[in-house]
Amino acid sequence: MIFTRRVLAIAWKDLIAEWRDRESLTAMCFFAFLVLFLFNFALGGDQALIRQASSGLLWLAFAFTGVLGLARSVQSELVNDCLDGLLLYPAEREAIYLGKLLGSFSVILLVELISFPLFAVLYNMDIWSQLPKLLLITVPATLGFAAAGTLMSTMTAGLRAREAMLPFLLFPMTIPLILSAVRGTEVVLRREAFELAMPWLKLMAAFDVLFLVGSLLTFELLVEE
Amino acid sequence: MIGRSCERALGIVTVIGLVIGLYIAFVYAPADAVQGDVQRLMYLHVPLILVSYLAFFVVFIASILYLWRRRLQHDAIAHSSAEIGVLFTALTIAVGSIWGRPTWGAWWTWDARLTTTAILLLMFLGYLMLRALVDDPSRGATFCAVLGIIGFLDVPIIHMSVVWWRTLHQPASILRPGPSTVAPDMQVALYTNLAAFVLLYGYLLVKRLQVEGARRELFRLQMELLG
Repeated sequence: MIFTRRVLAIAWKDLIAEWRDRESLTAMCFFAFLVLFLFNFALGGDQALIRQASSGLLWLAFAFTGVLGLARSVQSELVNDCLDGLLLYPAEREAIYLGKLLGSFSVILLVELISFPLFAVLYNMDIWSQLPKLLLITVPATLGFAAAGTLMSTMTAGLRAREAMLPFLLFPMTIPLILSAVRGTEVVLRREAFELAMPWLKLMAAFDVLFLVGSLLTFELLVEE
Repeated sequence: MIGRSCERALGIVTVIGLVIGLYIAFVYAPADAVQGDVQRLMYLHVPLILVSYLAFFVVFIASILYLWRRRLQHDAIAHSSAEIGVLFTALTIAVGSIWGRPTWGAWWTWDARLTTTAILLLMFLGYLMLRALVDDPSRGATFCAVLGIIGFLDVPIIHMSVVWWRTLHQPASILRPGPSTVAPDMQVALYTNLAAFVLLYGYLLVKRLQVEGARRELFRLQMELLG
């Protein structure tokens, strides 16, 4: 019980800090919009082609914006030695990891929810009737991405080339997740039977479990002094 | 001194093994009925990738040992093995491309196995970059040990996803050409070369560990001079 409260306290702290300046939230939303907008030009405005590629484009936009949010989540702790303060907080290291994860997860999910209407309008898609199914894909994908991302951004936060290193480490590792999300979204947007998305959902679940367990076991090693 | 002579013996055996491997691959083994002499690249291609897997497995084991025991030697083994693994994986892809151009008609295709190999290369390139960028050596060693373990555990999932990506909706269209059962002469050539490359890996690892030891000694001396 007390563990859960500590996790929530850390996540709450991150969300309040995020809400006060809304810096990364606006940056991420704007970036997602920009990427979705630019893909139109990259594909030459061919509507049939864009419809076919739309789920891939959507997840590429989410992957790029997700990295932006994850990089900021740990980096913001480096200013004024906040990370040291956080480590002094009388909680298990696992609670700190889960708290940071929950904070990033909520912010990324919020950006994704804001992006859906934009996506629907720009790509002329009807996603409203499919929203529950779409969320069934989005939530586990975002969770895994945030789990792997929180671990990787802890590794890269103190580096000189962190802006380049985070995506470089994160993207190859999260390929199963991005692939499953794209395939699952494709099934949903094409109104195919949802059973076709089941193998991809199972894959995402396997990935989520691996990264959550792996991160919980190793996070302590990454932040020790 | 015993270490020195062992190392020299390993080097000599490796050279002999590689020469025998070359002889068997080029002279003893018959040319492939369909592909002709191009197929001889297999004796380089297959041992290279199998030894890369071995190298990354060594990274995984050494990373676990480092996190458990905190001995610098284990970290040095992980680092050296990762470098050799990256080199061999890159060579595998290069040789495969050279082989693929005349047989498949393309330098690269998005076949499941090719894709996973490329991802493996990218992951361990990231591993080496991370190591180069962390200033504090012991911190870098810990980060890379975590990355080495998680990356290695992630590989089966990546493999599965990429195989599904190619086969779930459409049947695999690209299969390796050539006979499905390898002729006995070719098997001999393959195993000889595999043994030679395992020896080469061992020799390179020993040499790389010496360089690492010398580098640490140099660093220690520099620190001593600077006070």
